[in-house]
Amino acid sequence: MVAPNYELIAQDGLETSLLEVSMGPHHPSTHGVFRMDVKLDGETVVDLKPVFGYLHRNHEKLAENMSYLANMPFTDRLDYFNSMTNNWAYALAAEGLVEIEVPERAEYLRVIMAELTRLVNHVSLVGFFVNDLGALGTPLMYAFREREKILDLFEEASGARMMCNYFRFGGLRCDVPAGWLDRAREVVDQFPEFLDEYEKLLCENEIILSRTQGIGTLSRELAINAGITGPMLRASGVAYDLRKVDAYGIYDRFQFRVPYGEVGDCYDRFMVRMLEMRESVQILRQALDGIPEGEIMGKAPRVFKPKPAEVYGRVEGPKGELGFYLIADGTPKPYRYRVRPPSLINLTVLRDMCLGQKIADAVVILGSIDIVLGEVDR
Amino acid sequence: MSELSHEPLLKEFPDACWDEAAGAVIVPEGRARVMAEWLLMQGVDYCSNVTGVDYLEAEVKEKITNDAGEEETVTRTEPGRIDVVYHLYSMRDQTGPLVLKQRTGRENAQAESLTPVWRSCELQEREVFDLFGVDFKGHPDQRRILMWDEYEEHPMRKDYTEPFDYEWEPTPHDEILEKHKKGKVIV
Amino acid sequence: MSFLGGGIFSGMAVTLRNFVGSYFDPDRLTTNDYSWRPEGQLPQSAGEYPREEGEQLSDTTTVTNYSRNFPMLLHDGGDNPMDAIRCVACQICERECPPQCIYIEKDYDENGKFIKRPAVFDIDISVCMGCQICVEVCPFDSIVMNSQFELSTPNRFDGLLLHRGDLLKSNDYYHRIHPEEAKARDQRMAVEKAAKEAKKKAAAEAAKKKAEEKARAEAEAKAQEETGDKEEEAQ
Repeated sequence: MVAPNYELIAQDGLETSLLEVSMGPHHPSTHGVFRMDVKLDGETVVDLKPVFGYLHRNHEKLAENMSYLANMPFTDRLDYFNSMTNNWAYALAAEGLVEIEVPERAEYLRVIMAELTRLVNHVSLVGFFVNDLGALGTPLMYAFREREKILDLFEEASGARMMCNYFRFGGLRCDVPAGWLDRAREVVDQFPEFLDEYEKLLCENEIILSRTQGIGTLSRELAINAGITGPMLRASGVAYDLRKVDAYGIYDRFQFRVPYGEVGDCYDRFMVRMLEMRESVQILRQALDGIPEGEIMGKAPRVFKPKPAEVYGRVEGPKGELGFYLIADGTPKPYRYRVRPPSLINLTVLRDMCLGQKIADAVVILGSIDIVLGEVDR
Repeated sequence: MSELSHEPLLKEFPDACWDEAAGAVIVPEGRARVMAEWLLMQGVDYCSNVTGVDYLEAEVKEKITNDAGEEETVTRTEPGRIDVVYHLYSMRDQTGPLVLKQRTGRENAQAESLTPVWRSCELQEREVFDLFGVDFKGHPDQRRILMWDEYEEHPMRKDYTEPFDYEWEPTPHDEILEKHKKGKVIV
Repeated sequence: MSFLGGGIFSGMAVTLRNFVGSYFDPDRLTTNDYSWRPEGQLPQSAGEYPREEGEQLSDTTTVTNYSRNFPMLLHDGGDNPMDAIRCVACQICERECPPQCIYIEKDYDENGKFIKRPAVFDIDISVCMGCQICVEVCPFDSIVMNSQFELSTPNRFDGLLLHRGDLLKSNDYYHRIHPEEAKARDQRMAVEKAAKEAKKKAAAEAAKKKAEEKARAEAEAKAQEETGDKEEEAQ
């Protein structure tokens, strides 16, 4: 989309000036403390500058003063919707520094927790996206009804609904209680009905179709070059999913498809997430069928003091590629601890997608990128 | 995922060296952009992670054989440096990672920006500029990203001291912090 | 649907179905109705326990059997809780706590010798994350997670610093709020205690056997000497 031609405005004889609006940090639709300075010509966006850093807690420097295990609860708070996935990414990176074997049952449970987290995230995103479009709360509440069931499962397994702190180096903190697997199966079995109902509610809705199709198109080449990952990349037509490419954990044992879109607009991003939820249900069914009995923790050293090494461990988080870059130097604390935040890098193309669109579309585009400020700012 | 080998890169650019301990290619001064463009043509199209690492000046003990043929331990001072680390992958061939490191000193830290080659470096190099103080030549929009614009220091450096906190309020936590500052605690 | 507005129409039908269905089917309620939870539990009151001295917290209401909030210290019952407190003030939890919210001072008797209990055990709950790492690293099973959430207080500075008296709860209370976890913990402690006793008994038996053998060897040597003397006398 091209910015409008200023000469045309002058030729009309009307003297107009650009309106600069700060869609400020306190805004119900910006998904956190996020600011966009937009320059408007009428209603068309001429320039857009994202400003963040309002939630910067310097997590990376704090982590250099704490032992490896003590960093685990802080990783929960990075992307606060998906605490289990953050835990897994960090555990994967740290296990790459030391040779620990994770037992079978722990691997299966890790996959189950990660896919439940993916369901939680996509369901919240879809609800908030439609909320931003103006469906004031009803689809959001239907989505949150399902999310509550999954959060109850997390509470039974780990003790807390959101800040789970459940993964450890070499396995999990504790086993799930008796009957948890049956309750999880009940939740998973009734999820597709909810998805069917949700699709009937939303996916043929003319308002949603006209407001999201053709808006915020991201081309394939720009998406790859700008380092976009996750559902946003797949909506632009690149079938790159770390669960298939890296096959970390035991993902190579499960059969699932990777949905990808064609056009790369907001509607594609929305539909890719709906389809990914169905695939997650498939993975969950297979995992719940195949989970063996056994140990939960592998043989981990008592004091985690890895030899000097570097590792970059990454997982397919619900928002994109979440990576941890750890440099160990032989002490119990990491020398350098770096989080590769998918939400921050997905924001690289916000300006490109919004130029030339209307201001109301800027909110829709931001909602479809799926950011959470805890991760953008760390 | 199959490995992305560094051998073709070292053959094309013989002045780069391979650091075995870190598993990374050390890029010589001023050659980063050329190497990056060559890599992009080979299909390395996805730069996943850009970060900085700060090393203070440190004394390193090494065992060498001296002129008399015996082994002795010498100490030398390793100068301080800041590394800018790039993790590169290829989405087209689904290989990776390849690690590049640009090295620069701690005063007057400068590096070449790879944003014109891979757009994903844009925000991450801004973050390295903000938190470490590395000036990227050729970056289209270099300004602070996480700290506010008038801030003067670079928080992620190892010799950073926290500023005087003019918003302090007494809380019970302060007694606990004092106690920890006195003793030796491993947290 | 093919006519314009058909998608909206079918969406409205879904909403209507949910609205009418919520009167009949509890699954359609979007508010949390607890019928989904195991055995339809409502938040239960686990209060009615002997109040510890200096405690400033109100009667507890817990949420589920698994939720955790802030830590508490365990004691094994009896008239004076401080006699049966499990904590020996080893300060491991203080070192491992990520936000450093625990403050412990050891207790010394009149002679200056260290008694194995804490004189001061403070947790600053304005800092505590509820991460449960202190529970994992405690070697004596003396600190566990409470699920009490009614901790509001009008005093921002002292009210949010819990002292030893507030944190000390009995093992029975722990069984009431987290029954499965408490039972598993008690079982594990019993197994470990039995193993330790068996090891001690085996060590004692081995020592006894060794002493008996030594006595027998000495008696043999003495008997040989005597026969040797007798032979000499006979000659």
